Amino acid sequence: MVETTVRVEDLKKWFPVRMGFFGSLVSRKELFVHAVDGISFEVQKGEIFGLAGESGSGKTTTGRVILRLTNPTSGKILFKDKDITRLRDRQLKPFRQKMQMVFQDPYESLNPRMTIFDIVAEPLRIHGGLSPKETEDKVHKTLDNVELTPPEEFTTRYPHELSGGQRQRVGVARALTLEPEFIVADEPVSMLDVSIRAEVLNLMVDLREKMQVAFLYITHDLAVARHTCDKVAIMYLGKIMEKGPIEKLIFEPLHPYTQALIAAVPVPDPSSKRIDAMIKGEIPSPVNPPSGCRFHTRCQCYIGDICRTVEPLLVETAKDHCVACHLYGNSKESAAKAGGD
Amino acid sequence: MPLLEVKNLKTYFRVKRGSVKAVDNVSFEVEKGEAMGLVGESGCGKTTIALSILRILPSNGKILGGNILFRGTDLVKLTEDEMRTNVRWKGISIVFQGAMNALNPVYKVGEQIIESIRLHEEYVTKEQADERVEKLFELVGVDPSRRDNYPHEFSGGMRQRAMIAMALSCNPELLIGDEPGTALDVIVAAQVLKLMNDLRMKLNLSMIMISHDLSIIAETCQKTAIMYGGKIGEYADITKVFKEPLHPYTQGLMGAFPGIRAEKTRMSSIPGSPPDLLSPPPACRFHPRCKYAMDICRTKEPELVDVGKKHYVACHLVHQRI
Repeated sequence: MVETTVRVEDLKKWFPVRMGFFGSLVSRKELFVHAVDGISFEVQKGEIFGLAGESGSGKTTTGRVILRLTNPTSGKILFKDKDITRLRDRQLKPFRQKMQMVFQDPYESLNPRMTIFDIVAEPLRIHGGLSPKETEDKVHKTLDNVELTPPEEFTTRYPHELSGGQRQRVGVARALTLEPEFIVADEPVSMLDVSIRAEVLNLMVDLREKMQVAFLYITHDLAVARHTCDKVAIMYLGKIMEKGPIEKLIFEPLHPYTQALIAAVPVPDPSSKRIDAMIKGEIPSPVNPPSGCRFHTRCQCYIGDICRTVEPLLVETAKDHCVACHLYGNSKESAAKAGGD
Repeated sequence: MPLLEVKNLKTYFRVKRGSVKAVDNVSFEVEKGEAMGLVGESGCGKTTIALSILRILPSNGKILGGNILFRGTDLVKLTEDEMRTNVRWKGISIVFQGAMNALNPVYKVGEQIIESIRLHEEYVTKEQADERVEKLFELVGVDPSRRDNYPHEFSGGMRQRAMIAMALSCNPELLIGDEPGTALDVIVAAQVLKLMNDLRMKLNLSMIMISHDLSIIAETCQKTAIMYGGKIGEYADITKVFKEPLHPYTQGLMGAFPGIRAEKTRMSSIPGSPPDLLSPPPACRFHPRCKYAMDICRTKEPELVDVGKKHYVACHLVHQRI
């Protein structure tokens, strides 16, 4: 039995480009950064869903839009089958309890003037309804859960007294106090030292098992994703290029971009010779994304005009494994659909 | 004779609360045409070693002991003038981590490289230098016509390539890469590392590659030194370090870097956090985090000893076993 915690349908987020007064006189056309440009996926209960890609591919924006930290341009966000896309602040509040976020930088995301107790208790105070005693119990229990033990030793301290790994666990604890069902973890370990990254990642894996929390794990590191995620979606310039179970994606990647990303991951083995076929160039600007398949400017498997003119649709090739690439057929179908959009 | 020989290097930083023992008794060698990796967490002294070799430490940093022999001359004893005219850029050059910030935004990229050439080789004319820049751009894979562009017109990867071109502009024998890929995207970082590796072979360069990522070192270097808290914990041929890591810290780091195609495992971490180098733990600096720590680890500092075939380890546990 699978229970879908979050589903997004054709989600788009465009940011307008400011041109200034003179610019707006010269050019009539409004320009947009196509940060997220029509993506759909779902995250099941108790699942860690990875969102991977280069910087500028729209991963973080996706996470923020799902939590309604910014409003989507179009598309739908469903939390347990309830549409929360257009809810107003007050209607959204009960959902906010159920959806939390862990930020990238634990050195910036904790208020240096608040004690650990206050940081972890703040969400409880905002959402209210607990007596001071209950709040204290709850904070202690949460700190216990993230292995900051004994909790009494941490509650009176300030963030600067903790190490990076401990700080990030406070960040996780803050997200957990309200017992959410869905957490967006935006590169939670990229600011941490290598030797302590695993402790935060393992914590995430354990919490998933213990509390059945669904995670959206945003990362650029496929090697780490391989060992933590269940499913993963590869993003490029606001589009999903390929998604599926992590094992499939790593061992049988279909999309040339996925293949390139995997080839770019260094291997901790001096005898391995990585494939030298590295793709060229860098990610183009999302203000004016390439026509057709967005990846065609860098693709090593370019098969002709179709890549330049027709946008490939995300099509299921095997169970749960979807890819958006003309190499795998469906061009007619995708052409028809793209024309109809 | 090795190209570079660092012997018992000690570099401390003076701060209000005391002195930070950033590099404490570090020795290693780099042969001609060889790439050596310096690995460790942030604050373990990797970059300080690089800055010490080039003698470009910030004003509160000081080399308090040891020798840095480059082609047989001790760099520690050279004057500032001799360093500039004979060593920096002509002998040893460096590519820094943040290529984005290393270039001056108000000068053309080509001009900045010409400036560095003419500063180190005063007899070169502007025209000659410009010709050299053209060749260098070709060498690092940037269209030479782009040398009249400003840094903001370059992408991140191109800026890092331009920095590599600048580092190679006076034909150095040793190139130091201080996390050259870290600030770049995965694919671009891989391109830059491949370029550096290709250049090393083409130009028979020696290289010191500094990184916190063991995988990068595995792919680019022939030997490596694993650093912890300002000291070298393990130092050997790259295959030896990866196939049979002996120091508990190296083993811990390996667990933190799972291969992408390796069996799905639970990643391992090292409990605790890196030491504060103002007052590092006594004796073995790793003992508070080491799961094998014994009494001797808390009282006596382990020395870096050859445990066989030039595999150096500083750990009492390993020393007792042999």
